[in-house]
Parts: sequence; C-alpha cells; structure tokens
Amino acid sequence: MTIERTATGLPTRPPHRAFDTEAFWDALAAGRWVVPHCDACGEFFWYPRRLCPLCGVWDRVSYPDASGRGTIYSFSILRKGQGPFRDRAPYVLAYVELEEGPRLMTNVVAADVESLRIGQPVHVVLDPAGEGGDAVYRFAAD
Amino acid sequence: MSIRGKAFVVGAYEHPRRDIPDRTVSEIHAEVASGALADAGLSLRDVDAYYCAGDAPGFGGLSMADYLGLQLRHIDSTETGGSSYEIHVGHAAAAIAAGKVQVALITLAGRPRNGGVQPGGNPGMSGAEGEFENLWGGQIAGYYAMAARRHMHEFGTTSAQLAEVKVAASLHARHNPNAFLRDVVTVDEVLASPMVADPLHRLDCCVITDGGGALGRASPAAARSLARPPVAVLGHGEAVKHTAAGRVDLTHTGAVWSGPAAFEEAGVTPADIDYASIYDSFTITVLQAIEDLGFCAKGEGGRFVSDGGLVAPHGRLPFNTDGGGLCNNHPANRGGMTKLIEAVRQLRGEAHPAVQVPNCRLALAHGTGGSLATRHASATVILGRADA
Repeated sequence: MTIERTATGLPTRPPHRAFDTEAFWDALAAGRWVVPHCDACGEFFWYPRRLCPLCGVWDRVSYPDASGRGTIYSFSILRKGQGPFRDRAPYVLAYVELEEGPRLMTNVVAADVESLRIGQPVHVVLDPAGEGGDAVYRFAAD
Repeated sequence: MSIRGKAFVVGAYEHPRRDIPDRTVSEIHAEVASGALADAGLSLRDVDAYYCAGDAPGFGGLSMADYLGLQLRHIDSTETGGSSYEIHVGHAAAAIAAGKVQVALITLAGRPRNGGVQPGGNPGMSGAEGEFENLWGGQIAGYYAMAARRHMHEFGTTSAQLAEVKVAASLHARHNPNAFLRDVVTVDEVLASPMVADPLHRLDCCVITDGGGALGRASPAAARSLARPPVAVLGHGEAVKHTAAGRVDLTHTGAVWSGPAAFEEAGVTPADIDYASIYDSFTITVLQAIEDLGFCAKGEGGRFVSDGGLVAPHGRLPFNTDGGGLCNNHPANRGGMTKLIEAVRQLRGEAHPAVQVPNCRLALAHGTGGSLATRHASATVILGRADA
C-alpha cells in the first residue's frame, strides 16, 4: 500500500539512518508505513531495532505494512518552540496508540489543535523530509 | 544483606547561591564537597569513596578526584539525571555496609543560568531511541505535560489540583532566604501563568538555578566520633521505567517499584513517614510519585494534595520544606541532592522553625530522573534519626 505524501508544514529533516533502522526509513521513503514486528514472538513493538525487546530474539524482525490508523493516547500543545520549531508554535506533541498496539511519540496535525482529545482517531501522514526522497511519520486527525 | 542502619549521613551542604557566573562547575563541586565535609567535621583527606553523576565535568569522577586530591578505594558515577543522588546514597550505603569504605562523598553542581547544560540535557545525549523522539520538537515540559494530561483523563485530576503542589512549595519557600522564588502564590496565580505545554503552566515548572549540594556519608563507627546528629539510612530502592517496547503507561512512575523496595528494607510503611522530599521537576512529578509511593491510592493524588495536604508542619504529608525545585533550587536541572539535604535538615531539627515537622523521626527522599513520558529512574531513600 503506497501512501501519498503530504507536507504538514512542520519542520522536517532527513532521518539519520543506522544499521538497525534503515529498513524502517527505507520503507517510508518508498511510501510505505510499516511497524516493526517480531516473527519469533508475534508481537509488534516500537521503536525499530534488530533485537526484539519483548522476547530478546535477534534478527527475526520484519516490517509489514501497517494500517496507519490509531488513536491519541496523550498529547500536549507546545506554546513555545525551540530550535527548528522556534516559530511554529502552537504545535502538538503526542503519543499515538497504533491499531497494531504500540504507542509512539509523534506530532499530530489538525485544523484546530485546541479541539484535540485523548482517544480521538488519527491516521498516518508521510511528511517529505529533504530532497533525497525521505519521509518522516506524523499523524493527522481523521 | 540489608543496608538498614549500617551507614549514616554525617554532613550535608547546599550551595547558598542560585546564580553563579564567577565559578567553574569544578569549583562549585569542590565548594559543596568542602561544605558537606566541614559540616561533618571531616576533611577531603578522610574521603575514600566518591560519587557523582553526569553533571561532573570532564571525565566525571576521575576529573573530580584529581581536582579534589582524593585518594579513593571506591568510585561510582551512576547517571540517571536528577535521581542519581538517591541512587548514590543507596550504593554508598551498600559499600559502607560491606566494609569496603569508611567515608563517602557525593557531589552535585552546575550552572545552567550561565551557559551550562540546559534543561532536558544537551542535543546528542539520546541513544538509539533519539531518532524516533527528536524529530517532533519535543521539550521537557511537553513530555511531562503528556503524563499530566493522561493522568487527568484517567483519574479526573485537575490543573487546580496540580497548582496546589506549587502553592504548598511557595508557602515553604517564603521562609528560605536563599530560595530563588520567595513569593507565595495562589492556585489562581498558577492557573493564570502562561501556558508552556498544555496542561502545564509556567508555575507548574521548577526553577532553573546554578548551584549544587553535597553529602558526606560514614560508617556507624566513624559517625560516632563526629559532632553532628547522625542520620541513618534505613532503606533504598531504585527502578528504571522505560517505553517498554511501545507499551508505555504515562499514569505511573518507577516509584511503584522503588518505593516498596525502600519501605521493605527500612521495615516501615508510608503511614510512618513524618516528612517527605518529593522530586518536583513539575507539579505532576510530585502528584504521581505520591500515589506510586503509596501515600494515597492511584488516582487520588489530586485530592491528597488539595486543602493544604502538603503544607508543613501539619499537612497530611509535609513536603519540600525548603521550597523544593518549584521555588527554592533545582541546581544543574537536577533536584535529587536538595531533596536529600532538606530531609537531613528535618531529621536534625534544623529546618526553618516555621516548617520544621515536630519530632521528625522518619523522612523519605525521592528522586525522579529523566523523563516521565519516556524513560526515567526512580529512587527512594528512607532516612531516620539515630533513635528511629
């Protein structure tokens, strides 16, 4: 499933790839939203790595396409940004609980951030990052 | 083997200044080291064990041992942010109880107001998790705010209840001439202060101060010959809570593990505690820790801190009588050392008379280092008067 790219307007930069995360970032660059899955214990986990932090087995991690759906587990509206976010406030820092289970930290974008609520449905957005075709993941209110 | 009663706090010192443009971080470490040892009636020559954390400059404990001229048989630079010093107290007690060392020194210093390490640490501090957390414009207040909002969602905690924590701290800080903020504030003033990261206001956040503090520790045999009333270490617990492979729960802290371990070792219960120093990087940090340590049921923290519940000397749980990190001092963005120092003052009967808990026999000092929303170390120390 290829996801169309959508620029959120929030600051982005190309992700720093590491040996154990390039499979994840490569998938996003190809327009896929994936979540690390341990084929040994059958659990999804977060964040990407070669070692399953749930069962301790190495190199049985796959990156299946995920639904891209989730709900807001918690969030904060930041009123003063720092660094690249200096002039972007207000913006939303959030934990999203994925339909597959794991909770991950991200931004949530919405037309009206003041109306966001815990439990609200959100969907993944692949946000273009740099000129090299990379993308980072953010979530938008449904 | 238990550490109960096998190691004492014999000296404590908090740097009196909160803005220190004219000292190096090494100098501040050294000043508080000398202060704590002088308080104990000891000297740098007596120290055979040294403990410091990530705030120590250069090569950490090695650089400071060199600077101070220490002759060491034991060194520990466990780094868990602001709770490092509660952990050091536990580790030093174990080393003393095992007979490996006689006199241990723990120091903390920094100067974030004058170009030092800023709140939340320096960029590049993060590990493999960093690339999945650093892209979102996150900041330390935002992380704690997410914990606060989830707690509100699950338990009905309100911003006014969080504000009660700050109000209590301010009522104590007015008696502390060295406190960074000495003005009493009201719940309404906390709620009217600018929103930093919803639902946390500016006055839900601790101060940013230069400074430091130190503790001197000794075996019972060494403590007997010293002048000051010794304070016994009765129990210690430490625990690391992290994002758990994406199963993070923002409504509790690692205190659910560190607290019971400390109480069990000390052989006491939360109801026995006369005074508590509770880590207060933000108001929510206090509220969650109070629940997790067992002073009230999970979700009841908001009601527990209301109506003067934390106000010394007669509240349900007199806390942070120096004004805490919310008003007095949060040197080097690390509140764990000042928590221990005020607990020692209470047990010695040396807190300000207006906030001294009468006949204070048992005290608790609790640290929360790192981030409530991602990974942190909770560490609990139970201290007692020699007759406790």
